[in-house]
Amino acid sequence: MQFSRKLQVGGRDPALGQGVSLDGVTMRFGDFLAVDDVSIDIAAGEFFSFLGPSGCGKTTILRLISGFVEPTAGRILIGGQDMAGIGPNKRPTALIFQNLALFPLMPVWENVAFGLEARGVAKQERRRRAEQLLELVALDGSGDKRVNELSGGQRQRVAIARALAVEPKVMLLDEPLSALDLKLRQHMRAELRTIQRRTGVTFVYITHDQSEALTMSDRVAVMSQGRIEQIDVPDAIYNAPQTAFVAGFVGEINRFAGHVVAADARHAVVETDVGRLRGVNRQALRPGERASIFIRPERMRADGAANPADENSFEAVLDRVGFEGNVVNLFLRTNAGREIIAQQHNSDDLSGLSSGAWMTLRFAPDSAAVLPAEGRFEAAA
Amino acid sequence: MKGVLSSVRRRYGGVATSLILVSCGLWALGLVVLPQLMMIDYSFRPSLPPAKQGGPEDIYTLANYAALYGNPLNLAIFLKTIWSSALVTATALVVCYPVAFFLARMAVGRTAGLLFIALVIPYWINEILRTFSWLLILARNGFVNTVLLDLGLTQEPIIFLGTTPAILVGMVYAYVLFMVFPIYNSLESLDPHQIEAARDLGAPWWRIHWRIAIPHAKPGIAVGCIMTFMLAAGTYAIPAILGGPKSRWFTEVIYSQFFEALNWNRGAAYAFILLIMCLGFIALMMRLFRVNLAEVTR
Ligand SMILES: Nc1ncnc2c1ncn2[C@@H]1O[C@H](COP(=O)(O)OP(=O)(O)O)[C@@H](O)[C@H]1O
Ligand SMILES: [Mg+2]
Repeated sequence: MQFSRKLQVGGRDPALGQGVSLDGVTMRFGDFLAVDDVSIDIAAGEFFSFLGPSGCGKTTILRLISGFVEPTAGRILIGGQDMAGIGPNKRPTALIFQNLALFPLMPVWENVAFGLEARGVAKQERRRRAEQLLELVALDGSGDKRVNELSGGQRQRVAIARALAVEPKVMLLDEPLSALDLKLRQHMRAELRTIQRRTGVTFVYITHDQSEALTMSDRVAVMSQGRIEQIDVPDAIYNAPQTAFVAGFVGEINRFAGHVVAADARHAVVETDVGRLRGVNRQALRPGERASIFIRPERMRADGAANPADENSFEAVLDRVGFEGNVVNLFLRTNAGREIIAQQHNSDDLSGLSSGAWMTLRFAPDSAAVLPAEGRFEAAA
Repeated sequence: MKGVLSSVRRRYGGVATSLILVSCGLWALGLVVLPQLMMIDYSFRPSLPPAKQGGPEDIYTLANYAALYGNPLNLAIFLKTIWSSALVTATALVVCYPVAFFLARMAVGRTAGLLFIALVIPYWINEILRTFSWLLILARNGFVNTVLLDLGLTQEPIIFLGTTPAILVGMVYAYVLFMVFPIYNSLESLDPHQIEAARDLGAPWWRIHWRIAIPHAKPGIAVGCIMTFMLAAGTYAIPAILGGPKSRWFTEVIYSQFFEALNWNRGAAYAFILLIMCLGFIALMMRLFRVNLAEVTR
């Protein structure tokens, strides 16, 4: 199933995407603040993801962009044009719903052609375009089937074809892969990315699955409680988190809470229950401030040598070993009872490790992040 | 059905289950099947004085059915009843679909509750009383005429009572609930995202109804139409109260055969003609809406 053929709907050039700008967008439902002063510029043709836990306001942002709700405050621009007062049927967007919302009473091809029908395209032409789009999503020959005769992955593709049929400038996708099993999901990620590249349409993609966001997107906005925590390329989201929330939400991470005892322009030292640890000081913290230091499991080196006098090293006892083939996860416990994960590449050194062994853990200061303790997120630490 | 029976049997044992079955059977037989069979039997026999009953003239015949065609006045009333009932059904559908849609898809919280109550409360009042209230509204010096006169829209009071339109208005009013609820029920199960998806794909509101909501509500619309039509065709009270000599309903003809002409045989035949017409209407509706019995009874 490849999309090797060029997308040519109705013989036209690929529809090119338009940029989307949110300018101080706020959405209240009664007293509840679902989206809190969000400002973003999404470039034309970009694959942009919103990543955040369930209930953080992602769907609300998509509904604001597609026009189903008007923001309480702020402006939304698509292709530079203010969208205020323009209904969803008049915006150059197409939304793929979380539950797909295919029309079960219509055959597949009528689903795909529905947008064309609404635009007054003649039936024969509709059928022809629907078949082209079905071919694009590798569903040729399924046009006369009923929606409920299709598998989950096929329905997914019908939804994509139906949205592409209206030649949107911006495609909005609300966790479109969440209902699929893992294998299909990974496959569809690649397909979506391919379709996006081929069509040049701007994709605004919502997910609570961090690996989905990181593998597919040009840029990711991490959200929490209606607010944007960080907007960055995937690599920076993972390697250079700007807030404690981003560090903790995206991927596995080891966290040590404490307070800053020394700081310069580059690094800060945090006094923790395993001693003083040094990490990158991205938020210009000053001595005395409450902070946490975050280290990815794969950045932790573990060895048997007892030399805890080194900087950024401490001792922990091995609880158990999680063998995953190419990598090995070491689950350790510090003197203070804190759980640590250290991920090592599989090697001969690791054979013969047994539970209860004391190990020394160390990490490079540049691979750790010192971030301010934000009350609302720190509670869990 | 089988499931129900076996669960009853598990709970009450074989003897009690048999008793329940037998008494249900007797009830159905004695109160439903036998009287109907007797009526069918009546309808095929000539009307004879008691002395001649069972005699050589008491033979099976289609004369009672044919009599309707021999009587242009009654035939006209019959056809008018069918046509008017269809009109009542169509009007009720046009009035009720938006109400049902609003109730099912747009109204929330208090508004929905109040609307429901407003719809149901009139049905706590007896049908006769409800119809009499229309008598007051449509009377020569009633509410409608007062308003029309005050607004200067008419110089003379309009005579509504005793006309077919008065009956139709009364019937639409009397049967709205039977149209609203089935449609409401089926619209309620429509995924709101489908409406939004259609809108997002550029469909204006009427196309959303035409292509998404109405097809989804089809079984409910069919049920509502069937109920309204049956009730309209079979009502006696409303035409009796709001109608007049010139707007007779076929049920009134049947009534007069039974209790004025004392010709039960012809009355029974007329009643069956009406019933067959109604069954025909049901079949037509189900074909028209391409729904089957399973969907309708869902
Ligand atoms: N129409 C609405 N009325 C009231 N609250 C709403 C409405 N839509 C969303 N919310 C609330 O806004 C918050 C964010 O919802 P949503 O955008 O769906 O989150 P997500 O898609 O990230 O899971 C939730 O707490 C939800 O309960
Ligand atoms: Mg959501």
